Amino acid sequence: MGRVGKKRSIDLGFRLGTGAFALVLVVIVCAIGFELTRQSMLSIEKFGFDFWRTEVWDPVAGQFGALPFIWGTLYSSLLALAIATPIALGIAVFISELCPNWLRQPLVFLTELLAAIPSIVYGLWGIFVLVPAVRAFETSMPSALRQLPMFSGPPLGVGMLAAGVILAIMVIPFTSSVAREVLKSVPAAQREGAYALGATRFEAIRAAVYFARTGIIGAVMLGFGRALGETMAVTMVIGNNPKISASLFAPQYTMAAVLANEFTEADTELYLNALIEIGLVLFVITLVVNSLSRLLIWSMARPARQDAAAVVVPAAESAA
Amino acid sequence: MLQTAVPLPSPAAVPSLPVAPAPAPDTAAKITASGLDFYYGPRRVLEQITLQMRRNEVTALIGPSGCGKSTFLRTLNRMNDIVPGARVEGSVVLDGRDIYAAAVDVVDLRRRVGMVFQKSNPFPKSIFDNVAYGLRINRMTRSREDLEGRVEASLRSAALWDEVKDRLHTSALALSGGQQQRLCIARALAVEPEVLLMDEPASALDPIATQRIEELIYQLKSRYTIVIVTHNMQQAARVSDVTAFFWLGRLVETGLTTKIFTAPAQKLTEDYITGRFG
Ligand SMILES: Nc1ncnc2c1ncn2[C@@H]1O[C@H](COP(=O)(O)OP(=O)(O)OP(=O)(O)O)[C@@H](O)[C@H]1O
Ligand SMILES: [Mg+2]
Repeated sequence: MGRVGKKRSIDLGFRLGTGAFALVLVVIVCAIGFELTRQSMLSIEKFGFDFWRTEVWDPVAGQFGALPFIWGTLYSSLLALAIATPIALGIAVFISELCPNWLRQPLVFLTELLAAIPSIVYGLWGIFVLVPAVRAFETSMPSALRQLPMFSGPPLGVGMLAAGVILAIMVIPFTSSVAREVLKSVPAAQREGAYALGATRFEAIRAAVYFARTGIIGAVMLGFGRALGETMAVTMVIGNNPKISASLFAPQYTMAAVLANEFTEADTELYLNALIEIGLVLFVITLVVNSLSRLLIWSMARPARQDAAAVVVPAAESAA
Repeated sequence: MLQTAVPLPSPAAVPSLPVAPAPAPDTAAKITASGLDFYYGPRRVLEQITLQMRRNEVTALIGPSGCGKSTFLRTLNRMNDIVPGARVEGSVVLDGRDIYAAAVDVVDLRRRVGMVFQKSNPFPKSIFDNVAYGLRINRMTRSREDLEGRVEASLRSAALWDEVKDRLHTSALALSGGQQQRLCIARALAVEPEVLLMDEPASALDPIATQRIEELIYQLKSRYTIVIVTHNMQQAARVSDVTAFFWLGRLVETGLTTKIFTAPAQKLTEDYITGRFG
């Protein structure tokens, strides 16, 4: 009786302890939100919800609106996602399913190396290599295409396209290594089950990818989370112009970039508060994106619990 | 280890390491393995296996763990091809043609030689889509009605239809273990195989579910050539016509199940089925 009682109390203590750690996480998130709100009170009071939908960012006139930055952040991140996802999944499938054994480790090492390169180095590479390449691509584009709103504007090199490409390159290692792990965790029985029914190699791989789909979405969302918050490299190639444009060639701006660029220059209280509110907006958007992806994964996993439990579902990383 | 219910006659002692006697040629043989050697890398795990598996019969493969039963079974539909470093020597002839010949279409071979695994492995899809999977990838149906008809027929053959007909479009993973295993059998039957390989299909199931699988095997026998691996001696005695006893990568003895379980020719076989080792 005593031993059982002791075991129970250890069990209870363990649950309370781990519960407390979980609670700390919630408290930290709330504290960040609270502090960001408190520090941006001036701006919140002055602009209210208009802050979210005003296009003007004019520190001299004291007019602040976050819309160009929200636009730029979402545009560049989605563009990066569109470029990175197929490539990253291709790499993951190649490494985990197709590549000969001797090539596997070197490739894994290479992708991990890409992930370890500091953002600023990507930025430098962006300025010296990517931007001229993008400029050359832009000038070589036939003028008929240049009429489209997506490709309008002077071929500067710096701009949305360069930002999207550099973000994609930075995101690929993360998405592909998580997707690779997820594919690795697919039981061999799934592939063999498909083969046994007369599947080709391609069809068996498709069965494995389907089995791992929730985890793969997690991998993609992880990449999205990273792209949303990435600062340095984007700041160096996006052109830093707070002007909404659909054009891939137009210089634009992101939330993280404006924070990095202007924080030290904020000479009025309102300016500073507006910048912090941008941080708040980024924080909220990141939270919303992560929650939505959780919801998506959860709703897909619900009718098929067994498989969802079998693969790791990575948490999309908070970027703010 | 399970004891056989059948009383055994006094053993005829056979001292030397036994070698399977080559069975007489049989025209009813569906698959014949001859002189089969199998290697995982440098390691030989099957040695000179010669075995015939006949139409409309159940052949049971028995033997202690690690003796190569699964490996042998997997050579029959070339499932070992996907294992890196695996190598086969000798021949496996299906309907008069060597399945390891260069011209053989492995995908089509695997459709003709179906397989059910030890642990049920349904796809994380609906019950319907699981059974339809093989039909779809092999483009075996002409219309939606055709597809639905074949799915129903397969589920009926696997004795699962009545239990799932009202929830065909719910997840297969919500089924019980025994139902999932029958679903995997239905999925294998859907693509109209000629041979059905079963690797311990009931080892993860309770006695009632096991009995259902055994009844099913008995019914399916009239239409297929069945090869089953089992650790359960009574099961082998109940469901099979022919039993092959494997030991350390060799085929020690093969013969009619009634004979193997009542008057085995080899001492080793007798020791194994009476539970003296293994
Ligand atoms: N993929 C593999 N790579 C290397 N060796 C393997 C592999 N699979 C099986 N083996 C070895 O081959 C031998 C035969 O294995 P196999 O799975 O065929 O035995 P089994 O008779 O089916 O055993 P069990 O009754 O435990 O299922 C074993 O010694 C095993 O260790
Ligand atoms: Mg086995």
